[in-house]
Amino acid sequence: MFQFLIRRLLLAVVTLFLILVIVFALTRVFPSDPAKQLAGPFASEERVASLTENLGLDDPLPTQFGRLLLSVVTLDFGESFSQPGVRVLDLVLPALWNSAKLVGLSLLLTLPISILGGIWAAYKKDTFADRSIVSFGLASASIPDFVSGVFLQFIIGVQLGWLPAISNAPDNAGIFTELRYILLPALAILFVYFGYIARITRAGAITAFESDYSRTAFMKGLSPSEVIRKHIMKNALQPTVAVTGTQMGYLFGGLVGLELVFNYPGLGGLIFRAATAPDFPLLQAGVVTVAIIFMLSTLTADLLIAWMNPRARISS
Amino acid sequence: MEESNVVQDELEAEIATPEAVPISTAPALDRKSVRAEQRRELFRTPSFLIGLFIVLLWLACGVAPGVFARYPELEPVRVDGQVIPRSPPSADAWFGTDSTGRDVYSRVVYGADNVLINAPAAALIAVALGALLGLIMGYYRGWVDEVLSRIMEAVLSLPVILLAIMVLVVFGASRVAIILTIAGLFTPVVTRTVRAAVLTESQLDYVAAAKLRGESGLFIMLREILPNITNVLVVEFTVRVGYAIFTVATLAFLGLGADDVSVADWGTDISQSYELVKAGQWWPSIFPALAIAILVIGVNLIADSLDKIYKG
Repeated sequence: MFQFLIRRLLLAVVTLFLILVIVFALTRVFPSDPAKQLAGPFASEERVASLTENLGLDDPLPTQFGRLLLSVVTLDFGESFSQPGVRVLDLVLPALWNSAKLVGLSLLLTLPISILGGIWAAYKKDTFADRSIVSFGLASASIPDFVSGVFLQFIIGVQLGWLPAISNAPDNAGIFTELRYILLPALAILFVYFGYIARITRAGAITAFESDYSRTAFMKGLSPSEVIRKHIMKNALQPTVAVTGTQMGYLFGGLVGLELVFNYPGLGGLIFRAATAPDFPLLQAGVVTVAIIFMLSTLTADLLIAWMNPRARISS
Repeated sequence: MEESNVVQDELEAEIATPEAVPISTAPALDRKSVRAEQRRELFRTPSFLIGLFIVLLWLACGVAPGVFARYPELEPVRVDGQVIPRSPPSADAWFGTDSTGRDVYSRVVYGADNVLINAPAAALIAVALGALLGLIMGYYRGWVDEVLSRIMEAVLSLPVILLAIMVLVVFGASRVAIILTIAGLFTPVVTRTVRAAVLTESQLDYVAAAKLRGESGLFIMLREILPNITNVLVVEFTVRVGYAIFTVATLAFLGLGADDVSVADWGTDISQSYELVKAGQWWPSIFPALAIAILVIGVNLIADSLDKIYKG
């Protein structure tokens, strides 16, 4: 188990390093000159030159890359380009917290509903209930998140007026008010992920239902709910856990469109604005944050699976 | 969202053992008849037919928008010589008009071609590149496989949309850039699927027999393994088209869809009008949003039916 953990951590470090190379390469080929942009259109050439030197933009590339590595290790990305004087971390952390709230609420809604749906569909395999869950899931999972967001905003937020159509809660709002404000985008995420996770769970549960151990469990007289709780869950949910782990990067960094629809200041929107500005330190910090979240969540998923299935500890 | 591989277990019944049959034409005929049977079954599947109908309908709009549209793409609707901006759906404008008075219905019709060109083109390139890389990596293994796998893992660990944004900010959101970016970002996930399929195939007797016959690696990859993984490629292509539509539309919504926002495009049109939903003017964004949703559902119905048929 310990060896497994060490191996996974080393692989994660290699992947993170490669991500840094990709991000660094991309920011180096950006068409605009950040020093010129910071100095403004009427700045003298000396001003631009001194800014370029201050920002270290004319240092040799290995030096600049080394600086990026150092900033990741120390978690100090310096000051933002687009908002001079503001530390990058002070911009990333609030956005990260906002994303965490949205992702947390979404998973709280999505996982129980989708897992129940998936197991129900597997139990009722090839019936009308099964087919409806699978078809609805297929349809909902592939619709872009911002499209479902616009629908929900229109129907629940505007026409019915049940929930706030915009997700920035008042500053002094309590936790429940805040949750109410992010419920619509969370529902949009539920809409996107229900089908996907239900399908994955269904596939895992069908294999588990058809296996010898659950047949034995049924034959020794356990009720369906007992079989599901004691035997099916731990085996059927392994793919679900794995998939949830891999989707965390997208949930934290990829909901750019959805955040825009609901005017929600999350991490995806922050990175998007940093890319279009362009604000290199902010962009790098944001992307690295998403990458680290992805690493941690896939690692957690692997550990959970290893706990659920002793065989996985050896094979990987 | 990104999908992990759903077509791991490859149909083994179809993998005949050609080497065991003395007459060389027999396996080819066999494969042909299997394919014909699969096609017949496909056209008896209701979900496939519905999906096909939806996609064909949009294709018709994309190919001949003039036939379906009621007004020009760029001109405002005039009722009694009067421009009627932001008017709700009516007999004059079935889906209402947008903030400059253009007909939303006609914009939806004209907006089809953009996504119908970009998404399949990107998916096709991704599948071609992914097949090539997957064949090489899965057949030869070794350090090339190891190194490429690491790089692809790094790409796969970031959301496609974030990388696409970064690349398109650098290179500009032209059609070619959008297609190539999405193709490049989808290649790793296709490669992983193909590689897994090739690994399974490589362990089968027919590959071992070809090796013993002294066939070259190129011959074995292209003439022995490739024909046996075409099902995987077809399903992968249809699934990727679905996700490419997702990505193309999202990029357009973020303003990275086209250089000219006046040209009709579903994602761009939503981005121009989604803020009006809160003011009750839902029609300029809800109709293009419906268009995206319907097209994506159609593509996925096709993908799912193909997947089911090939798995038997």
